[in-house]
Amino acid sequence: MSARGETLLWLAQRASAAVLALCVTVHLATMVYAIQGGLSAAEILGRTRGHWGWLAFYATFVAAVAVHAPIGLRPVLGEWLGWRGASRDVVLAALALVLGGLGMRAVLGVFG
Amino acid sequence: MKGHPGYWAFLVHRVSGVLLTLFLPAHFIALGSALEGAAALDGFLAWTALPAVKFAEWGIVVLLAAHLAGGLRVLLLEFLPWRDWQKTLAALAAAASLGVGLAFALALAV
Amino acid sequence: MDALRVRVWRGAAEGAFQAFEVPRQASQTVLDVVTTIQRVLDPSLAYRFACRVGMCGSCAMTVNGVARWTCRTHVDQVARDGQLEIAPLRNLPVIRDLVADMSPFFDKWARAEGRFRGARTRHDDFERIAPQSAPRRAVDAGIECIGCAVCYASCDVVAQNPEYLGPAALNRAWTLHNDLRDVARRERLRAVAGDAGCHACHTQMGCTERCPKQLTPTASIAGLKRAAAKAWLAGEL
Repeated sequence: MSARGETLLWLAQRASAAVLALCVTVHLATMVYAIQGGLSAAEILGRTRGHWGWLAFYATFVAAVAVHAPIGLRPVLGEWLGWRGASRDVVLAALALVLGGLGMRAVLGVFG
Repeated sequence: MKGHPGYWAFLVHRVSGVLLTLFLPAHFIALGSALEGAAALDGFLAWTALPAVKFAEWGIVVLLAAHLAGGLRVLLLEFLPWRDWQKTLAALAAAASLGVGLAFALALAV
Repeated sequence: MDALRVRVWRGAAEGAFQAFEVPRQASQTVLDVVTTIQRVLDPSLAYRFACRVGMCGSCAMTVNGVARWTCRTHVDQVARDGQLEIAPLRNLPVIRDLVADMSPFFDKWARAEGRFRGARTRHDDFERIAPQSAPRRAVDAGIECIGCAVCYASCDVVAQNPEYLGPAALNRAWTLHNDLRDVARRERLRAVAGDAGCHACHTQMGCTERCPKQLTPTASIAGLKRAAAKAWLAGEL
């Protein structure tokens, strides 16, 4: 890929990483707190249903993941599987859509 | 050129990233089952109470913590001026992921 | 006197290790060992050296699996149970025995726009650069490279991606990027951005781990990533 394309991917990867650093920290803390005494749907949904703050948080989280994971996978496919070229980027773009789609579905599922 | 701290930090970061990417769709689909009502989600959660599944969950949490720590290492190396403390960073990353792993294991046990 | 058991690579890409016994001396360097073999035991051995004092960067070899400058590496530091294995540098074609072909290494310096391009002539005044300014200090941090290719031989990304410019060429580009007299910054950033350039670096830091001059090419490469991002945001890449 061109110098500009790679630079854009690098920027997107680092920007999404910065967002994820915050999201993952909150997520890990929530998990350690929530797992105590076991998980129940009532407990999870009681925390998230109708709560706009959690909706905004998880929507941001999912968007950042949908950007971050495919870009991160790109050099792995190139270096470990020798898969480069346009077909790799098409599949990774599709992965971004799948992650974003499934993620938003999950966020909406626990919101309302 | 393998076997130095930077290499291990890279390898753990990469492998954890790949495994988390594979795990995410399953995670999203499971939570999405809440769309079909609390009962569907509870059905899934009952399955996660199995010891083997709990152990796998713990593994995923450790992967997430390790990937976070490895990512912070890269961000600090790329954006902060530094000279001689890169090995400390790799050690801090390992310690942080271990800490989260322990905390989650304790929380699981409660 | 103790003898050192030394296995030395003979041949080119195809070849084998040949065993020698070399008398052990006080304060003996690995280059001394190779020289003894060539002068006393087997004059057909090919190797490269010049200054013998860590300035010219021509004597780097793989010693017990690790790339090192052999003239400043004491046998005491690296021998294991009185044994040494000496091979040519990795990630470069082998010409013969311990001599690696450095052309790909230096061709990449050229591809990374690794030469200074100024605009002033002898009729202009000197450019005044404050010694304590941030760019000048960034130059200082990377300028002592002797071009020995130890970093290049120690880099896993080079091993996987033969197109990758490598730590030394990118470090050179970073020192020039911070040279305020240079007028080719934009072209240089275009040359070093991309998946054969700074964006291929995975921060494994093999280069920084092994650089005999204790430079940190990883930091230089990170600087180029930031500079490329800045240029991209300004629409100048």
